[in-house]
Amino acid sequence: MTQKLVIIGAGMASGRVIEHLLDADPSAYDITLFNAEPRGNYNRIMLSPVLSGEKTYEEIVTHSDAWYAEHGVTCRFGEHVVKIDPEMKVVEGENGHVPYDKLVIATGSAPFIIPVPGHDLPGVISYRDLDDTNAMIEAAAKGGKAVVIGGGLLGLEAAAGLKERGMDVTVLHLMGHLMERQLDEAAGYLLRKDLEVRGITVKTQAATKAILGEDRARAVLLESGETLGADLVVMAVGIRPETRLATDAHLDVARGIEVNAQMQTSAPDIYAVGECVEFDGHLFGLVAPLYDQAKVLADSLLGQPNAFVVKELATKLKVTGCDLFSAGDFAESETREDIVFRDPARGIYKRLVIEDDRLIGAVMYGDTADGSWFFGLIKDGTDIEDMRETLIFGPAFQGGASADPLSAVAALPPEAEICGCNGVCKSQITSAIESGATDLGAIRATTKASASCGTCTGLVEQLLQVTLGDDFQMPQAQPVCGCTDLSHEDVRRLIKSQELKSQAAVWQELGWTTPNGCHVCRPAVNYYLLADWPLEYRDDPQSRFVNERKHANIQKDGTFSVVPRMWGGITTPDELRAIADAADKYDVPTVKVTGGQRIDLLGVRGEDLPAMWADLNRAGLVSGHAYSKGLRTVKTCVGTDHCRFGTQDSTGLGIKLEKHLWGSWTPHKLKLAVSGCPRNCAEATCKDIGVVCVDSGYEIHVGGAAGMEIKGTELLCKVATEEEAIEVISAMTQIYRENARYLDRIYKWLARVGLDWVKEQIVDDTENRRALAERFELSQSVYRKDPWAEHAQDSATRAQYAPLANLTLEAAE
Amino acid sequence: MSWIDIGHIEDIPLHGARVVKTPVGCVALFRTGAAEVFAADDRCPHKGGPLSEGIVHGQSVTCPLHNWVFDLNTGQAQGADEGRIGTYPVRVESGRLLIDGDAIGKRSAA
Ligand SMILES: Cc1cc2nc3c(=O)[nH]c(=O)nc-3n(C[C@H](O)[C@H](O)[C@H](O)COP(=O)(O)OP(=O)(O)OC[C@H]3O[C@@H](n4cnc5c(N)ncnc54)[C@H](O)[C@@H]3O)c2cc1C
Ligand code: HEM
Ligand code: SF4
Ligand code: FES
Repeated sequence: MTQKLVIIGAGMASGRVIEHLLDADPSAYDITLFNAEPRGNYNRIMLSPVLSGEKTYEEIVTHSDAWYAEHGVTCRFGEHVVKIDPEMKVVEGENGHVPYDKLVIATGSAPFIIPVPGHDLPGVISYRDLDDTNAMIEAAAKGGKAVVIGGGLLGLEAAAGLKERGMDVTVLHLMGHLMERQLDEAAGYLLRKDLEVRGITVKTQAATKAILGEDRARAVLLESGETLGADLVVMAVGIRPETRLATDAHLDVARGIEVNAQMQTSAPDIYAVGECVEFDGHLFGLVAPLYDQAKVLADSLLGQPNAFVVKELATKLKVTGCDLFSAGDFAESETREDIVFRDPARGIYKRLVIEDDRLIGAVMYGDTADGSWFFGLIKDGTDIEDMRETLIFGPAFQGGASADPLSAVAALPPEAEICGCNGVCKSQITSAIESGATDLGAIRATTKASASCGTCTGLVEQLLQVTLGDDFQMPQAQPVCGCTDLSHEDVRRLIKSQELKSQAAVWQELGWTTPNGCHVCRPAVNYYLLADWPLEYRDDPQSRFVNERKHANIQKDGTFSVVPRMWGGITTPDELRAIADAADKYDVPTVKVTGGQRIDLLGVRGEDLPAMWADLNRAGLVSGHAYSKGLRTVKTCVGTDHCRFGTQDSTGLGIKLEKHLWGSWTPHKLKLAVSGCPRNCAEATCKDIGVVCVDSGYEIHVGGAAGMEIKGTELLCKVATEEEAIEVISAMTQIYRENARYLDRIYKWLARVGLDWVKEQIVDDTENRRALAERFELSQSVYRKDPWAEHAQDSATRAQYAPLANLTLEAAE
Repeated sequence: MSWIDIGHIEDIPLHGARVVKTPVGCVALFRTGAAEVFAADDRCPHKGGPLSEGIVHGQSVTCPLHNWVFDLNTGQAQGADEGRIGTYPVRVESGRLLIDGDAIGKRSAA
């Protein structure tokens, strides 16, 4: 006898179920199909091409009205099911009851709406069905600004479609990089770059606070306080399984409707399939597993044994020109190994994750041709030990190609492009070598290869070696560290010339061999970026040594020292009382007067730091940066205020300088002093920058040091006024900041570039001096603030000073 | 295994670390990726450096005191240095951080 099958939801999963049932046994069931949308099944994933205008709705319909009629499916489209009664075996639609023998819930999922104020204003649209798509197309026809909240698959497809339709689009993403669940930082960076090239603005770490507008959405307000004008707001922050009917009917529901491997729910004769289900703790958001589920469900309904198993998934983004691929697992697995390949000139990034000689994850950007091959290796769990060396080059390379870079270069065809920037191919370089260009400089001069971004330098050198054999001496440039072949100078130059403004950009464009650097290069690159792009780049605390991250010096027993600033060495009884009170309150074991004319509180517990800083802040005391590669102290003598020899107000100038320079990051520590006369009580001539006052003005000295090495300063110049002194010192600090290698003090850097060059730049060329001082001021507009106050006041940062959890406490109970 | 919830993944900065006090001593949680966390002893076998204060890179951490580098997968010191730190099973589930209670000498608190 034909049984009654009722299906709730005419979506992609149930569509497949119906096809399988009809294929196997058209007479088994009498099917009634409910759908809330006023239409039958269409290919939901092709909504993005409809949005962008590449396809029409008609082209993506999978089951037409005629098809349903032909196969005898009773359609109740545009009708919500409001209730299931598992006892009576009846479903209740808006227009009446239908009894069932078997029931299938295929309600898919609903877009997640962040409940910020204004989320329900007209003009705020989610992205799930044809109506949403049409609403977006209609809004886009009026032009204007669109803000897409959510930088995942759906959000980016919406953004690309709206841009295609002529809107001015901004994507807001909460996390640090786009599609963080499918992509790692490097691939996220490339994706962002491609989207920006097509004119889409991307803001990461952007949290939405509210949607503003009276009668309709007009703007989006961010937590940062920034407001973005918006004629259309698309929310694409995620989906939630549509489980309401099942919950009301008291089926087992976790995050989704719980099913077993036969797609049965906890109630007899009720099945569920698609995005609304949860199986073994898994939720589903892509069609591939849903199609597997549909096959299993059809078999279950026909009494055939079958079982659903969760398989690996691969993701692609349907935005023309953004080629990305991601599959498998990057997280939470032990004993893994990464293989990274980057081709900066072509914007390619590939990363493979290997565990126990098996490929378990792959991310690719720019060239995804081998994606399905890698995905196959992941799914099949193929043993890749034998091809490990060349795995990343894909299937074309398997079977014997050598991993030795020299023979790889030798094997390149003559027309292979070596230098992407200048379009120089291998044969041009080899013929240049044959006609006498036997070193890198000569190759650069004759062919321009490696003369622009320099990332092909290694290849050119290998070509020299292959062609000249032992006649060529590989130069021993000192790379920053094992992650790159580039020197510090190269990295600084390329960050400026290629306008690299993020760490991910440096790793990718300069071909780093590790995913995110190491303890040697990360602090250097972080410093270079913030020095060159003060407004665009944000300092990354995780790329700093502990003292600079915690804004206190770690001591050998794990406690910290706290040194408040005393401007120019001047203090007041109130400040001293606040310091004394803090020392008492936090049981500070040692209070010491430092060589930098201030007071050090030693032995403070890490967890007490924020509270202690807040107390000191209240008395007007700020961080002395006694821990930083940045401005430390400006030591002064008493000068004309009190000393009978004083020629100028050395204390006053010292205070001005310290207030001008504090908070700035420099390649290494920066210590200043101002002495009121050549007796030099402030010992200015062994500082990085020292001022010696004389009757006619101020002598500015640079390049001193008093540590393991003792060096007296050299005279940079003499100026007449305090204002000039401050400008020269700002310019000196800035030229050092912009050019020196990380961890070179001024004297070491001067030994490389020569004092004469610096004099030319900032003494002779007054315009350049002013420009440098202005750039310093620009940077100071960001960094001239008290990190203690920021850390003490921001609750999230403050929390970092305490343990994440204490599991010893409960044990004692 | 008995999994204990010790916090949310966003409580640890990307490429940063936080400490959990446990019956077997301080355990550091290193966040090496958007959704990737490792747990290991916070104490460097060299001279006791607090590894949670080190720089986290790739799937490794560098001790802040004398730059020994440890592979967080195995706990093994890299390069010429010899030593090993204990590692502990940890999982991320819906953003929650779960550590294996048995491995850190503690039954589930629930
Ligand atoms: C824009 C977009 C792009 C996508 N791109 C991709 C992609 O590239 N690759 C990929 O694998 N996946 C993609 N997806 C995801 C994919 O579309 C879904 O995984 C798939 O459609 C889910 O199928 P389903 O049958 O579970 O639910 P759906 O297809 O959503 O069908 C559920 C149906 O149930 C109806 N319904 C809900 N409640 C009721 C009720 N109470 N009464 C009656 N009817 C009800 C709904 O109206 C809906 O029509 C995309 C999704 C979107 C929105
Ligand atoms: C990690 C190791 C070091 C620690 C913890 C440390 C700590 C300190 C502290 C806390 C002060 C007081 C500074 C102030 O008031 O800001 C100081 C001063 C000083 N340090 Fe260090 N320091 C270290 C390394 C060095 C090195 C390597 C040198 C030499 C290159 C050096 C040279 C000096 C000098 C000369 C002073 C006195 C400054 C003055 O009188 O103006 N220190 N140090
Ligand atoms: S440096 Fe000169 S002005 Fe300053 S205290 Fe010494 S003697 Fe006096
Ligand atoms: S204590 Fe860790 S390297 Fe010395």
